[in-house]
Amino acid sequence: MSETSIPKTSIKIADLIEETFSAVSSNKTRSGLTMLGIVIGIASVIAMVAIGTGAQSSIEARISSLGANLLTIQPGAPRTFGSTVNAGRGNAQTLTKADASSLSSLSGVKAVSPESTNREQVISSTSNTNTSVIGAVSAYPEVHNMTIAQGLWFTDSQVSGFAKVVVIGPTVQGDLFSGMATSTVIGQSITVNGLPFTIVGITASKGGSGFGNTDNNVYIPLSTAQQFLTGSIYVGSISIEATSQSVMTSVTDEITAALLARHKITDPTKADFNIINQADIASTASSVTGTFTALLAAVAGISLVVGGIGIMNMMLTTVTERTREIGLRKAIGAQRSDITLQFLAEAIVLTVLGGVIGIMLGWGVSWGVTRFFSITTQVSVNSILLAFGVSAGIGILFGYYPAVRASKLNPIEALRYE
Amino acid sequence: MIECKDIKKEYTTGEEKTMVLKGLSFVINDGEYVAIMGPSGSGKSTLMHILGALDTPTSGTYLLDGKDVSKLNDHELADIRKDKIGFVFQAFNLLPRASVIRNVALPLVYAGVPKHEREEIAKKALIQAGFDEARFNHLSNQLSGGQMQRVAIARALVNNPSLLLADEPTGNLDTKTGEIVLETFEKLNKQGHTVILITHEEDVARHARRIIHIKDGEILKDEKIK
Ligand SMILES: Nc1ncnc2c1ncn2[C@@H]1O[C@H](COP(=O)(O)OP(=O)(O)O)[C@@H](O)[C@H]1O
Ligand SMILES: [Mg+2]
Repeated sequence: MSETSIPKTSIKIADLIEETFSAVSSNKTRSGLTMLGIVIGIASVIAMVAIGTGAQSSIEARISSLGANLLTIQPGAPRTFGSTVNAGRGNAQTLTKADASSLSSLSGVKAVSPESTNREQVISSTSNTNTSVIGAVSAYPEVHNMTIAQGLWFTDSQVSGFAKVVVIGPTVQGDLFSGMATSTVIGQSITVNGLPFTIVGITASKGGSGFGNTDNNVYIPLSTAQQFLTGSIYVGSISIEATSQSVMTSVTDEITAALLARHKITDPTKADFNIINQADIASTASSVTGTFTALLAAVAGISLVVGGIGIMNMMLTTVTERTREIGLRKAIGAQRSDITLQFLAEAIVLTVLGGVIGIMLGWGVSWGVTRFFSITTQVSVNSILLAFGVSAGIGILFGYYPAVRASKLNPIEALRYE
Repeated sequence: MIECKDIKKEYTTGEEKTMVLKGLSFVINDGEYVAIMGPSGSGKSTLMHILGALDTPTSGTYLLDGKDVSKLNDHELADIRKDKIGFVFQAFNLLPRASVIRNVALPLVYAGVPKHEREEIAKKALIQAGFDEARFNHLSNQLSGGQMQRVAIARALVNNPSLLLADEPTGNLDTKTGEIVLETFEKLNKQGHTVILITHEEDVARHARRIIHIKDGEILKDEKIK
């Protein structure tokens, strides 16, 4: 026969679909069990990718909640590659409020926020807590993506006037004024390090726990903090909001040059400050979770391959069982390609059906993980489309060999088969 | 019309070659009812496979309606079977778990007959084959042997073939139902169908109007009846 010619089929697509569904539904138990392999494979891919993607996006969200386009300048020598000596950046005192004001005129800088941090005992009339007291200026909420839930942030004149006003985080509110209505907390007095402060605002909750949780902070004007808490002209760090993501690198260079000049340092390797780019941290963290997601998906992918082999095994059994049927179809005029198509279509229907059920199951599992384990998950359209394509692909890949085997059966021997 | 000239068929098993058909020549005209009779192993089924375009002879020519079928490839043979041949097998070979109508209409699926026309054509063929109308929608595995063979005959008829080929059609039936099936062939022949009946039983062969006796792959006798 002419192997090179385009395969000739006589069956119409609609008939092929009908034949396929009647074959698949004629043995529901077996079709169901065969699909199960694909269902589990696809469901685990969807769920694993959803968990991985969820982790990735929650890390990204957490980091971006610290502030958009945020650069943080810290005192102390920069860590250089190959250097094992860390110049104790937390303790060095090299940055001043004047440094901060000098940076606000640089192009690409949107807002500048010099800050100090002290651990202090904070006392209300009924309760007390030990927490971080941040010395801040009026630009602080903008730079750190912080919103005020109740009351107001302090003004420039309060900052310059050494005002004894305080903005507290929601956790501190709960600790100090549990049971008291939020609106009545404003105007209450608390003491910080023994000094009385008037509450002017409460920040909105950012949630989270441990590192980066700002709900447990209290904020006072930087001037007040320097005078009464730190007793020094130095600040703990300077946060800079750049105008856009694209200028981050050039702004970093400008700041470096400006501060080196102000500090009269000529050798950049001897700088007494270092600049941290939040975007760098974000991209590192997200690439780590990306790798983690890929690993999870690969493990789940293996179960898909196992499911595919299950399909092949079942199709080979089917071909053997239906040898006489194949012989008969050939005797009444079916072309070889008609037989190939028929068995290939059966495999594809099984895998695609399994894929659809698997997608729904995977979705359900992701939902359950979020609901019962409070782990963020994200089922992406991409992973669904991919799962769908992969399951059809598995049908073609693992159904092809049994289908071709069926089509090659000699009709005379097939009809005689017992 | 069937014209066979010096049809030979040789099988090779390992080193050994066996000549199963040793040069058969005969003509069967349209509208004939012929029995091919011979003992088991005489080559009847081998001959039927060639006449039914399931196989090609090792040598010799076979003209079906003037077309040389003996040198066609797989595609072309499938087309010949689709358009010109109707098979009836000893073992019925119906699709289990499929309705009577669907079994009969199956050849129409490959012949490209539109879906809405198939049921009517299938019903006509079933009535021709003498199948009880009340059971048209039964599943094939719910039928008796005689009923199954009538469904198989209807399926063979449905494409309006030039040739009806039946290989031991009564082999799996008791004598009484066998008679009914043979009467069906007689009736179809009277309506103009060419029927070739393959059997090893003299009683069965007697229903035809001509018997070609074969033994060891050779024609012993070509006998006209009545
Ligand atoms: N595919 C084959 N390979 C080898 N020998 C075969 C094959 N098919 C049939 N034969 C042999 O050909 C002979 C005739 O077989 P067959 O045509 O089935 O006889 P019948 O139908 O008259 O009983 C037998 O001896 C059988 O063993
Ligand atoms: Mg035989």
